Amino acid sequence: MTKDAIRQAIVDIIQEILPDEDMGGIELDKPLRDQLELDSMDFLDIVMELRKRYHIEVPEKDYMELNTLGSTIAYLEPKMANL
Amino acid sequence: MKYDTVIIGAGLSGLAAAIRLAHFGGKVAVLERHYRVGGLNSFYRKDRRDFDVGLHAMTNYAPHGPKSAPFQKLLRQLRLREEEFSLVPQTQSRIVFPGVTLPFGNGIESLTASVADRFPSQADNFRRLVEEVLAHDELNLANRWSSARQRVAATLTDPLLVDMLFLPLMYYGSADEEDMDFTQFVVMMKAVFCEGFCRPAGGMRPVLDRLLARCEEAGVEIHLRTGVASVEVADGKVTGVVTDAGDRIGCDAVLSSAGNVETARFCPASVADGEASPRAGRMSFMESIHVMKAPVADEATIVFFNRTDRLRYRKPDALIDLDSGVVCMPGNFAYTADRPAPAEADRTVRITSIADPDRWRTLEGDAYADAKERMGIEQRTAASFAVPAVGGDVVYHDIFTPRTVERFTGHVNGAVYGSPDKRRDGKTGVRGLSLIGTDQGFLGIVGSMLSGISIANQLMTERK
Repeated sequence: MTKDAIRQAIVDIIQEILPDEDMGGIELDKPLRDQLELDSMDFLDIVMELRKRYHIEVPEKDYMELNTLGSTIAYLEPKMANL
Repeated sequence: MKYDTVIIGAGLSGLAAAIRLAHFGGKVAVLERHYRVGGLNSFYRKDRRDFDVGLHAMTNYAPHGPKSAPFQKLLRQLRLREEEFSLVPQTQSRIVFPGVTLPFGNGIESLTASVADRFPSQADNFRRLVEEVLAHDELNLANRWSSARQRVAATLTDPLLVDMLFLPLMYYGSADEEDMDFTQFVVMMKAVFCEGFCRPAGGMRPVLDRLLARCEEAGVEIHLRTGVASVEVADGKVTGVVTDAGDRIGCDAVLSSAGNVETARFCPASVADGEASPRAGRMSFMESIHVMKAPVADEATIVFFNRTDRLRYRKPDALIDLDSGVVCMPGNFAYTADRPAPAEADRTVRITSIADPDRWRTLEGDAYADAKERMGIEQRTAASFAVPAVGGDVVYHDIFTPRTVERFTGHVNGAVYGSPDKRRDGKTGVRGLSLIGTDQGFLGIVGSMLSGISIANQLMTERK
Protein backbone atom coordinates (compact mmCIF):
# COMPACT_ATOMS: atom_id res chain seq x y z
CA MET A 1 0.00 0.00 0.00
CA THR A 2 1.19 3.50 -0.79
CA LYS A 3 1.33 6.21 1.81
CA ASP A 4 -1.81 7.76 0.31
CA ALA A 5 -3.65 4.45 0.41
CA ILE A 6 -2.69 3.99 4.07
CA ARG A 7 -3.92 7.47 4.86
CA GLN A 8 -7.21 6.68 3.12
CA ALA A 9 -7.51 3.39 5.00
CA ILE A 10 -7.16 5.18 8.34
CA VAL A 11 -9.58 7.93 7.34
CA ASP A 12 -12.12 5.29 6.25
CA ILE A 13 -11.89 3.61 9.64
CA ILE A 14 -12.36 6.89 11.52
CA GLN A 15 -15.24 7.77 9.22
CA GLU A 16 -16.98 4.52 10.10
CA ILE A 17 -16.61 5.32 13.81
CA LEU A 18 -17.65 8.97 13.33
CA PRO A 19 -20.08 8.94 10.40
CA ASP A 20 -21.06 12.60 10.86
CA GLU A 21 -17.53 13.98 11.01
CA ASP A 22 -16.02 15.94 8.11
CA MET A 23 -12.73 14.13 7.46
CA GLY A 24 -11.45 16.76 5.01
CA GLY A 25 -10.07 19.00 7.71
CA ILE A 26 -7.94 16.53 9.67
CA GLU A 27 -4.48 17.94 10.22
CA LEU A 28 -1.54 15.55 9.97
CA ASP A 29 0.35 16.70 13.03
CA LYS A 30 -2.36 17.55 15.57
CA PRO A 31 -3.43 14.87 18.07
CA LEU A 32 -6.49 12.98 16.79
CA ARG A 33 -7.80 12.90 20.34
CA ASP A 34 -8.08 16.71 20.39
CA GLN A 35 -9.17 17.24 16.80
CA LEU A 36 -11.96 14.66 16.87
CA GLU A 37 -12.62 14.34 20.62
CA LEU A 38 -11.76 10.63 20.46
CA ASP A 39 -11.68 8.67 23.71
CA SER A 40 -9.93 5.43 24.63
CA MET A 41 -12.93 3.39 23.42
CA ASP A 42 -12.58 5.01 19.98
CA PHE A 43 -8.85 4.24 19.85
CA LEU A 44 -9.61 0.63 20.68
CA ASP A 45 -12.01 0.68 17.71
CA ILE A 46 -9.30 1.97 15.38
CA VAL A 47 -6.96 -0.79 16.56
CA MET A 48 -9.65 -3.46 16.24
CA GLU A 49 -10.68 -2.27 12.76
CA LEU A 50 -7.02 -2.43 11.62
CA ARG A 51 -6.90 -6.00 12.80
CA LYS A 52 -10.25 -6.90 11.24
CA ARG A 53 -9.60 -5.26 7.86
CA TYR A 54 -5.84 -5.72 7.41
CA HIS A 55 -4.81 -8.31 10.01
CA ILE A 56 -2.46 -5.81 11.59
CA GLU A 57 -1.74 -6.09 15.31
CA VAL A 58 -1.11 -2.93 17.28
CA PRO A 59 0.12 -3.93 20.75
CA GLU A 60 -0.95 -1.74 23.66
CA LYS A 61 2.58 -0.41 24.14
CA ASP A 62 2.40 1.11 20.63
CA TYR A 63 -0.90 2.99 21.15
CA MET A 64 0.96 6.29 21.48
CA GLU A 65 2.08 5.89 17.87
CA LEU A 66 -1.54 6.58 16.89
CA ASN A 67 -1.39 10.05 18.38
CA THR A 68 -1.70 11.99 15.11
CA LEU A 69 -2.73 11.01 11.59
CA GLY A 70 0.87 11.57 10.50
CA SER A 71 2.38 9.40 13.23
CA THR A 72 -0.22 6.70 12.53
CA ILE A 73 0.70 6.61 8.83
CA ALA A 74 4.42 6.47 9.68
CA TYR A 75 3.83 3.66 12.19
CA LEU A 76 1.68 1.62 9.80
CA GLU A 77 3.83 2.11 6.67
CA PRO A 78 6.21 -0.80 7.29
CA LYS A 79 3.31 -3.02 8.46
CA MET A 80 1.14 -2.22 5.42
CA ALA A 81 3.77 -1.82 2.71
CA ASN A 82 3.24 -5.32 1.36
CA LEU A 83 -0.56 -5.36 1.45
CA MET B 1 -19.85 -26.51 19.30
CA LYS B 2 -17.22 -24.06 20.52
CA TYR B 3 -17.54 -20.31 20.92
CA ASP B 4 -15.11 -17.58 21.79
CA THR B 5 -17.71 -16.07 24.09
CA VAL B 6 -21.01 -17.22 25.55
CA ILE B 7 -23.19 -14.43 26.91
CA ILE B 8 -25.79 -15.25 29.55
CA GLY B 9 -28.91 -13.13 29.10
CA ALA B 10 -30.23 -11.22 26.07
CA GLY B 11 -30.96 -8.01 27.96
CA LEU B 12 -29.47 -4.74 26.84
CA SER B 13 -26.03 -5.42 28.33
CA GLY B 14 -25.83 -8.86 26.73
CA LEU B 15 -26.91 -7.66 23.29
CA ALA B 16 -24.49 -4.71 23.38
CA ALA B 17 -21.57 -6.93 24.43
CA ALA B 18 -22.47 -9.45 21.72
CA ILE B 19 -22.53 -6.80 18.99
CA ARG B 20 -19.08 -5.53 20.01
CA LEU B 21 -17.44 -8.94 20.18
CA ALA B 22 -19.00 -10.30 16.98
CA HIS B 23 -18.35 -7.10 15.03
CA PHE B 24 -14.64 -7.72 15.52
CA GLY B 25 -14.81 -11.34 14.47
CA GLY B 26 -15.59 -13.19 17.69
CA LYS B 27 -17.82 -16.25 17.55
CA VAL B 28 -20.54 -15.33 20.01
CA ALA B 29 -23.67 -17.04 21.34
CA VAL B 30 -26.22 -15.30 23.54
CA LEU B 31 -28.29 -17.67 25.69
CA GLU B 32 -31.62 -16.35 26.97
CA ARG B 33 -33.98 -18.33 29.18
CA HIS B 34 -37.03 -16.27 28.23
CA TYR B 35 -38.71 -16.48 24.81
CA ARG B 36 -37.98 -12.84 24.09
CA VAL B 37 -34.97 -10.49 24.29
CA GLY B 38 -34.78 -7.31 26.37
CA GLY B 39 -34.71 -8.53 29.98
CA LEU B 40 -36.00 -5.84 32.32
CA ASN B 41 -36.43 -3.58 29.32
CA SER B 42 -38.48 -5.85 27.15
CA PHE B 43 -42.07 -5.48 25.95
CA TYR B 44 -45.16 -7.68 25.98
CA ARG B 45 -48.63 -7.95 24.54
CA LYS B 46 -51.60 -8.77 26.75
CA ASP B 47 -55.33 -8.59 26.03
CA ARG B 48 -54.57 -6.97 22.66
CA ARG B 49 -52.58 -4.14 24.25
CA ASP B 50 -48.83 -3.49 23.90
CA PHE B 51 -46.80 -2.60 26.97
CA ASP B 52 -43.17 -2.02 27.88
CA VAL B 53 -41.97 -4.13 30.81
CA GLY B 54 -39.90 -1.63 32.75
CA LEU B 55 -39.62 1.52 30.69
CA HIS B 56 -40.53 4.78 32.37
CA ALA B 57 -38.00 6.92 30.60
CA MET B 58 -34.56 6.57 29.15
CA THR B 59 -32.03 8.76 30.97
CA ASN B 60 -28.86 10.38 29.58
CA TYR B 61 -30.74 12.40 26.97
CA ALA B 62 -28.01 14.19 25.03
CA PRO B 63 -29.18 14.85 21.47
CA HIS B 64 -26.25 15.87 19.30
CA GLY B 65 -24.41 16.01 22.61
CA PRO B 66 -20.64 16.11 23.09
CA LYS B 67 -18.83 12.94 22.04
CA SER B 68 -18.06 12.30 25.69
CA ALA B 69 -21.77 11.92 26.60
CA PRO B 70 -22.59 8.30 27.52
CA PHE B 71 -25.34 8.02 24.89
CA GLN B 72 -23.03 9.32 22.15
CA LYS B 73 -20.31 6.85 23.19
CA LEU B 74 -22.74 3.98 22.96
CA LEU B 75 -23.94 5.03 19.50
CA ARG B 76 -20.35 5.05 18.22
CA GLN B 77 -19.44 1.78 19.87
CA LEU B 78 -22.45 -0.04 18.41
CA ARG B 79 -22.31 1.79 15.05
CA LEU B 80 -25.85 3.06 15.54
CA ARG B 81 -27.33 6.41 14.56
CA GLU B 82 -29.15 8.67 16.95
CA GLU B 83 -32.18 8.84 14.62
CA GLU B 84 -32.63 5.09 14.95
CA PHE B 85 -33.75 5.52 18.56
CA SER B 86 -36.47 8.06 17.61
CA LEU B 87 -36.10 9.77 20.97
CA VAL B 88 -38.59 12.27 22.29
CA PRO B 89 -37.65 14.39 25.33
CA GLN B 90 -39.72 14.72 28.47
CA THR B 91 -41.88 17.79 29.00
CA GLN B 92 -41.36 18.39 32.73
CA SER B 93 -41.11 16.27 35.87
CA ARG B 94 -41.38 17.05 39.57
CA ILE B 95 -40.39 15.87 43.03
CA VAL B 96 -43.19 16.28 45.58
CA PHE B 97 -42.82 16.23 49.38
CA PRO B 98 -45.45 17.55 51.82
CA GLY B 99 -45.65 21.30 51.26
CA VAL B 100 -42.83 21.54 48.71
CA THR B 101 -42.50 20.69 45.04
CA LEU B 102 -39.33 20.81 42.92
CA PRO B 103 -40.05 20.88 39.20
CA PHE B 104 -37.26 19.95 36.81
CA GLY B 105 -36.76 19.47 33.09
CA ASN B 106 -33.78 18.34 31.05
CA GLY B 107 -30.48 20.07 31.78
CA ILE B 108 -29.16 20.92 35.24
CA GLU B 109 -30.07 24.64 34.90
CA SER B 110 -33.70 23.68 35.35
CA LEU B 111 -33.25 21.95 38.72
CA THR B 112 -30.74 24.59 39.83
CA ALA B 113 -33.40 27.27 39.25
CA SER B 114 -36.01 25.28 41.21
CA VAL B 115 -33.63 24.77 44.12
CA ALA B 116 -32.79 28.50 44.16
CA ASP B 117 -36.50 29.27 44.21
CA ARG B 118 -37.65 26.78 46.88
CA PHE B 119 -34.45 26.54 48.93
CA PRO B 120 -32.82 29.97 48.53
CA SER B 121 -30.39 29.35 51.41
CA GLN B 122 -29.10 26.23 49.62
CA ALA B 123 -28.65 27.74 46.16
CA ASP B 124 -24.88 28.18 46.45
CA ASN B 125 -24.42 24.83 48.16
CA PHE B 126 -26.33 23.16 45.36
CA ARG B 127 -24.08 24.76 42.73
CA ARG B 128 -21.06 23.46 44.62
CA LEU B 129 -22.59 19.97 44.70
CA VAL B 130 -23.14 20.10 40.93
CA GLU B 131 -19.50 21.13 40.43
CA GLU B 132 -18.38 18.24 42.62
CA VAL B 133 -20.56 15.83 40.64
CA LEU B 134 -19.30 17.07 37.27
CA ALA B 135 -15.69 16.73 38.42
CA HIS B 136 -16.06 13.12 39.59
CA ASP B 137 -14.84 10.44 37.16
CA GLU B 138 -17.65 7.91 37.45
CA LEU B 139 -16.27 5.69 34.71
CA ASN B 140 -13.09 4.85 36.62
CA LEU B 141 -13.47 1.10 37.17
CA ALA B 142 -11.27 1.37 40.28
CA ASN B 143 -13.74 3.55 42.25
CA ARG B 144 -14.58 2.15 45.69
CA TRP B 145 -17.92 2.35 47.53
CA SER B 146 -18.30 5.50 49.57
CA SER B 147 -21.43 6.92 51.16
CA ALA B 148 -23.27 9.37 48.93
CA ARG B 149 -25.46 10.42 51.86
CA GLN B 150 -22.39 11.57 53.80
CA ARG B 151 -20.75 13.31 50.85
CA VAL B 152 -23.94 15.17 49.87
CA ALA B 153 -24.85 16.13 53.45
CA ALA B 154 -21.42 17.74 53.77
CA THR B 155 -22.41 20.18 51.01
CA LEU B 156 -26.18 20.52 51.28
CA THR B 157 -27.22 21.42 54.82
CA ASP B 158 -31.02 21.13 54.46
CA PRO B 159 -31.98 17.46 55.00
CA LEU B 160 -35.28 17.95 53.17
CA LEU B 161 -33.50 19.03 49.99
CA VAL B 162 -31.11 16.08 50.35
CA ASP B 163 -34.04 13.67 50.59
CA MET B 164 -35.77 15.30 47.64
CA LEU B 165 -32.66 14.78 45.48
CA PHE B 166 -32.16 11.21 46.59
CA LEU B 167 -35.77 10.16 45.91
CA PRO B 168 -35.56 9.96 42.09
CA LEU B 169 -31.96 8.77 42.11
CA MET B 170 -32.60 5.93 44.52
CA TYR B 171 -35.85 4.81 42.87
CA TYR B 172 -34.15 4.75 39.48
CA GLY B 173 -30.99 2.99 40.47
CA SER B 174 -30.04 2.12 44.02
CA ALA B 175 -29.44 -1.46 45.04
CA ASP B 176 -28.42 -0.17 48.48
CA GLU B 177 -30.99 0.58 51.15
CA GLU B 178 -31.06 4.13 52.57
CA ASP B 179 -27.80 5.12 50.88
CA MET B 180 -25.98 4.92 47.57
CA ASP B 181 -22.44 4.57 46.45
CA PHE B 182 -21.18 8.10 45.67
CA THR B 183 -20.06 7.02 42.20
CA GLN B 184 -23.52 5.63 41.54
CA PHE B 185 -25.00 8.89 42.83
CA VAL B 186 -22.85 10.79 40.33
CA VAL B 187 -23.86 8.47 37.49
CA MET B 188 -27.54 8.97 38.34
CA MET B 189 -27.26 12.72 38.96
CA LYS B 190 -25.70 13.21 35.51
CA ALA B 191 -28.12 10.80 33.85
CA VAL B 192 -31.31 12.18 35.42
CA PHE B 193 -30.70 15.85 36.19
CA CYS B 194 -27.74 17.02 34.07
CA GLU B 195 -28.80 15.21 30.90
CA GLY B 196 -32.37 14.11 31.50
CA PHE B 197 -35.33 12.01 30.43
CA CYS B 198 -36.50 10.97 27.01
CA ARG B 199 -38.09 7.90 25.51
CA PRO B 200 -37.88 6.00 22.27
CA ALA B 201 -41.20 7.21 20.79
CA GLY B 202 -42.40 3.68 20.04
CA GLY B 203 -41.12 2.17 23.30
CA MET B 204 -38.54 -0.61 23.62
CA ARG B 205 -39.67 -2.79 20.76
CA PRO B 206 -38.16 -0.77 17.88
CA VAL B 207 -34.93 -0.32 19.88
CA LEU B 208 -34.63 -4.05 20.52
CA ASP B 209 -35.46 -4.79 16.86
CA ARG B 210 -32.60 -2.53 15.79
CA LEU B 211 -30.18 -4.18 18.24
CA LEU B 212 -31.23 -7.59 16.95
CA ALA B 213 -30.59 -6.43 13.38
CA ARG B 214 -27.08 -5.31 14.44
CA CYS B 215 -26.55 -8.70 16.09
CA GLU B 216 -27.52 -10.43 12.88
CA GLU B 217 -25.23 -8.24 10.72
CA ALA B 218 -22.36 -8.96 13.09
CA GLY B 219 -23.07 -12.71 13.11
CA VAL B 220 -24.23 -13.15 16.72
CA GLU B 221 -26.19 -16.32 17.47
CA ILE B 222 -29.12 -15.77 19.81
CA HIS B 223 -30.68 -18.80 21.45
CA LEU B 224 -34.01 -18.07 23.13
CA ARG B 225 -35.66 -20.45 25.63
CA THR B 226 -32.12 -21.54 26.49
CA GLY B 227 -31.37 -21.06 30.16
CA VAL B 228 -27.96 -21.75 31.66
CA ALA B 229 -27.86 -24.27 34.51
CA SER B 230 -24.15 -24.14 35.28
CA VAL B 231 -20.80 -22.77 34.24
CA GLU B 232 -17.98 -25.28 33.78
CA VAL B 233 -14.66 -24.42 35.33
CA ALA B 234 -11.32 -26.24 35.07
CA ASP B 235 -8.13 -25.06 36.82
CA GLY B 236 -9.85 -21.82 37.81
CA LYS B 237 -10.79 -21.00 34.21
CA VAL B 238 -14.08 -21.14 32.30
CA THR B 239 -14.40 -23.98 29.78
CA GLY B 240 -18.08 -23.82 28.89
CA VAL B 241 -21.66 -23.75 30.09
CA VAL B 242 -24.37 -26.37 30.49
CA THR B 243 -27.91 -25.42 29.51
CA ASP B 244 -31.13 -26.26 31.39
CA ALA B 245 -31.69 -28.96 28.74
CA GLY B 246 -28.29 -30.49 29.62
CA ASP B 247 -26.43 -29.46 26.47
CA ARG B 248 -22.78 -28.56 26.92
CA ILE B 249 -21.50 -25.52 25.06
CA GLY B 250 -17.74 -24.97 25.08
CA CYS B 251 -16.26 -21.48 25.15
CA ASP B 252 -13.22 -19.47 26.22
CA ALA B 253 -15.12 -16.71 27.99
CA VAL B 254 -18.50 -16.17 29.59
CA LEU B 255 -20.10 -12.78 30.16
CA SER B 256 -22.98 -13.13 32.60
CA SER B 257 -25.77 -10.60 33.08
CA ALA B 258 -27.51 -12.97 35.51
CA GLY B 259 -26.26 -11.05 38.56
CA ASN B 260 -23.45 -11.38 41.06
CA VAL B 261 -25.13 -13.86 43.44
CA GLU B 262 -26.88 -15.71 40.61
CA THR B 263 -23.66 -16.14 38.62
CA ALA B 264 -21.81 -17.49 41.66
CA ARG B 265 -24.52 -20.14 41.93
CA PHE B 266 -23.76 -21.32 38.37
CA CYS B 267 -20.21 -22.16 39.38
CA PRO B 268 -18.94 -25.28 41.13
CA ALA B 269 -19.06 -24.86 44.93
CA SER B 270 -15.28 -25.18 45.32
CA VAL B 271 -14.70 -22.11 43.15
CA ALA B 272 -16.55 -19.81 45.51
CA ASP B 273 -14.26 -20.76 48.42
CA GLY B 274 -12.18 -17.89 49.65
CA GLU B 275 -14.25 -15.30 47.84
CA ALA B 276 -16.48 -13.14 50.05
CA SER B 277 -20.02 -14.08 48.99
CA PRO B 278 -21.88 -11.18 47.46
CA ARG B 279 -25.08 -10.10 49.22
CA ALA B 280 -28.39 -10.68 47.45
CA GLY B 281 -30.29 -7.49 46.61
CA ARG B 282 -33.32 -6.63 48.73
CA MET B 283 -34.82 -3.75 46.76
CA SER B 284 -37.72 -4.76 44.60
CA PHE B 285 -40.83 -3.02 43.38
CA MET B 286 -44.47 -3.40 42.52
CA GLU B 287 -45.24 -1.76 39.20
CA SER B 288 -48.76 -1.17 37.95
CA ILE B 289 -49.88 0.02 34.56
CA HIS B 290 -53.31 1.64 34.43
CA VAL B 291 -55.19 2.60 31.28
CA MET B 292 -57.54 5.34 32.35
CA LYS B 293 -60.95 6.10 30.88
CA ALA B 294 -60.02 9.71 30.10
CA PRO B 295 -56.73 11.39 29.14
CA VAL B 296 -54.63 11.98 32.26
CA ALA B 297 -55.09 15.57 33.45
CA ASP B 298 -51.48 16.23 34.45
CA GLU B 299 -48.72 17.68 32.32
CA ALA B 300 -45.78 16.04 34.04
CA THR B 301 -43.77 13.21 32.52
CA ILE B 302 -42.64 11.70 35.83
CA VAL B 303 -43.63 12.57 39.39
CA PHE B 304 -41.58 11.33 42.34
CA PHE B 305 -43.53 11.64 45.57
CA ASN B 306 -42.96 11.17 49.27
CA ARG B 307 -45.89 11.63 51.65
CA THR B 308 -43.85 11.97 54.85
CA ASP B 309 -41.17 14.45 55.84
CA ARG B 310 -38.28 12.01 55.59
CA LEU B 311 -37.51 9.63 52.75
CA ARG B 312 -37.40 5.92 53.55
CA TYR B 313 -35.76 3.73 50.88
CA ARG B 314 -35.58 0.19 52.21
CA LYS B 315 -37.42 -3.10 52.08
CA PRO B 316 -40.77 -2.32 53.72
CA ASP B 317 -42.53 -4.15 56.56
CA ALA B 318 -45.57 -4.49 54.31
CA LEU B 319 -46.40 -5.76 50.82
CA ILE B 320 -45.61 -2.30 49.49
CA ASP B 321 -44.51 1.01 50.99
CA LEU B 322 -47.33 3.47 50.42
CA ASP B 323 -45.40 6.50 51.68
CA SER B 324 -43.43 7.07 48.49
CA GLY B 325 -43.57 6.20 44.82
CA VAL B 326 -43.11 7.18 41.21
CA VAL B 327 -45.83 8.04 38.71
CA CYS B 328 -44.91 7.97 35.01
CA MET B 329 -47.24 9.37 32.37
CA PRO B 330 -45.90 8.11 29.03
CA GLY B 331 -48.24 10.40 27.08
CA ASN B 332 -46.34 13.44 28.35
CA PHE B 333 -43.25 13.34 26.16
CA ALA B 334 -42.71 15.83 23.33
CA TYR B 335 -43.97 13.59 20.51
CA THR B 336 -43.90 14.86 16.93
CA ALA B 337 -45.57 13.87 13.67
CA ASP B 338 -42.49 11.77 12.79
CA ARG B 339 -42.17 10.36 16.29
CA PRO B 340 -45.77 9.79 17.36
CA ALA B 341 -47.08 8.56 20.71
CA PRO B 342 -48.16 4.92 20.94
CA ALA B 343 -51.86 4.08 21.20
CA GLU B 344 -53.46 5.10 24.51
CA ALA B 345 -50.26 6.76 25.78
CA ASP B 346 -52.22 9.84 26.89
CA ARG B 347 -54.46 7.62 29.02
CA THR B 348 -51.72 5.48 30.52
CA VAL B 349 -50.23 5.83 34.00
CA ARG B 350 -47.50 3.68 35.50
CA ILE B 351 -46.96 3.65 39.26
CA THR B 352 -43.97 2.18 41.10
CA SER B 353 -43.77 1.35 44.81
CA ILE B 354 -41.07 -0.30 46.89
CA ALA B 355 -42.18 -3.86 47.70
CA ASP B 356 -41.16 -6.65 50.05
CA PRO B 357 -40.24 -9.76 48.03
CA ASP B 358 -40.62 -12.07 51.06
CA ARG B 359 -44.23 -11.09 51.73
CA TRP B 360 -45.18 -11.46 48.06
CA ARG B 361 -43.44 -14.84 47.89
CA THR B 362 -45.52 -16.40 50.68
CA LEU B 363 -48.87 -15.63 49.00
CA GLU B 364 -50.47 -18.46 47.06
CA GLY B 365 -53.07 -18.57 44.27
CA ASP B 366 -56.10 -16.42 45.02
CA ALA B 367 -54.43 -14.70 47.95
CA TYR B 368 -51.67 -13.49 45.60
CA ALA B 369 -54.16 -12.29 42.98
CA ASP B 370 -56.28 -10.57 45.67
CA ALA B 371 -53.25 -8.84 47.14
CA LYS B 372 -52.29 -7.51 43.73
CA GLU B 373 -55.74 -6.02 43.18
CA ARG B 374 -55.89 -4.56 46.69
CA MET B 375 -52.41 -3.05 46.50
CA GLY B 376 -53.16 -1.67 43.03
CA ILE B 377 -56.01 0.36 44.52
CA GLU B 378 -54.09 1.45 47.62
CA GLN B 379 -51.12 2.45 45.48
CA ARG B 380 -53.34 4.65 43.29
CA THR B 381 -54.86 6.29 46.35
CA ALA B 382 -51.39 7.01 47.76
CA ALA B 383 -50.14 8.38 44.42
CA SER B 384 -53.11 10.76 44.17
CA PHE B 385 -51.31 12.75 46.88
CA ALA B 386 -49.04 14.02 44.12
CA VAL B 387 -51.04 13.29 40.96
CA PRO B 388 -54.77 13.67 41.67
CA ALA B 389 -55.61 12.45 38.13
CA VAL B 390 -54.61 8.85 39.00
CA GLY B 391 -57.77 8.65 41.10
CA GLY B 392 -59.96 8.60 37.95
CA ASP B 393 -61.74 5.62 36.36
CA VAL B 394 -59.54 2.81 35.06
CA VAL B 395 -60.54 0.64 32.08
CA TYR B 396 -57.60 -1.78 32.15
CA HIS B 397 -54.68 -2.53 34.43
CA ASP B 398 -51.80 -4.92 34.80
CA ILE B 399 -49.59 -5.31 37.84
CA PHE B 400 -46.22 -6.91 38.44
CA THR B 401 -44.68 -7.76 41.75
CA PRO B 402 -41.21 -8.86 42.91
CA ARG B 403 -42.33 -12.39 42.03
CA THR B 404 -42.96 -11.40 38.43
CA VAL B 405 -39.50 -9.82 38.22
CA GLU B 406 -37.86 -12.89 39.74
CA ARG B 407 -39.68 -15.23 37.36
CA PHE B 408 -38.79 -13.33 34.19
CA THR B 409 -35.26 -12.14 35.03
CA GLY B 410 -33.95 -14.74 37.46
CA HIS B 411 -32.78 -11.95 39.81
CA VAL B 412 -32.95 -13.26 43.39
CA ASN B 413 -35.74 -11.43 45.32
CA GLY B 414 -36.80 -9.75 42.06
CA ALA B 415 -34.08 -7.24 42.94
CA VAL B 416 -34.42 -4.87 40.01
CA TYR B 417 -31.07 -3.16 40.68
CA GLY B 418 -29.31 -6.35 41.67
CA SER B 419 -26.84 -6.90 44.49
CA PRO B 420 -25.47 -4.01 46.57
CA ASP B 421 -22.06 -5.55 45.86
CA LYS B 422 -21.07 -4.33 42.40
CA ARG B 423 -18.02 -5.49 40.46
CA ARG B 424 -17.06 -2.48 38.39
CA ASP B 425 -14.34 -4.35 36.52
CA GLY B 426 -16.69 -7.30 36.01
CA LYS B 427 -14.13 -9.74 37.42
CA THR B 428 -15.16 -12.85 39.30
CA GLY B 429 -13.04 -15.47 41.05
CA VAL B 430 -13.03 -17.45 37.80
CA ARG B 431 -10.76 -16.50 34.89
CA GLY B 432 -12.76 -15.92 31.73
CA LEU B 433 -16.01 -15.33 33.64
CA SER B 434 -17.08 -11.68 33.90
CA LEU B 435 -20.19 -9.88 35.06
CA ILE B 436 -22.01 -7.46 32.80
CA GLY B 437 -25.21 -5.48 33.33
CA THR B 438 -26.84 -4.65 36.63
CA ASP B 439 -24.18 -6.08 38.94
CA GLN B 440 -21.25 -4.69 36.99
CA GLY B 441 -22.84 -1.48 38.14
CA PHE B 442 -23.91 0.68 35.19
CA LEU B 443 -27.71 0.88 35.29
CA GLY B 444 -30.56 2.00 33.10
CA ILE B 445 -30.93 1.51 29.37
CA VAL B 446 -27.87 3.53 28.39
CA GLY B 447 -25.88 2.30 31.40
CA SER B 448 -26.54 -1.38 30.82
CA MET B 449 -25.50 -1.12 27.18
CA LEU B 450 -22.31 0.71 28.21
CA SER B 451 -21.72 -2.01 30.77
CA GLY B 452 -21.80 -4.71 28.10
CA ILE B 453 -19.60 -2.58 25.84
CA SER B 454 -17.01 -1.81 28.57
CA ILE B 455 -16.58 -5.41 29.64
CA ALA B 456 -16.52 -6.65 26.03
CA ASN B 457 -13.79 -4.09 25.31
CA GLN B 458 -11.84 -5.25 28.36
CA LEU B 459 -12.10 -8.83 27.11
CA MET B 460 -10.90 -7.88 23.62
CA THR B 461 -7.98 -5.93 25.06
CA GLU B 462 -6.94 -8.86 27.25
CA ARG B 463 -7.21 -11.33 24.38
CA LYS B 464 -4.99 -9.44 22.00
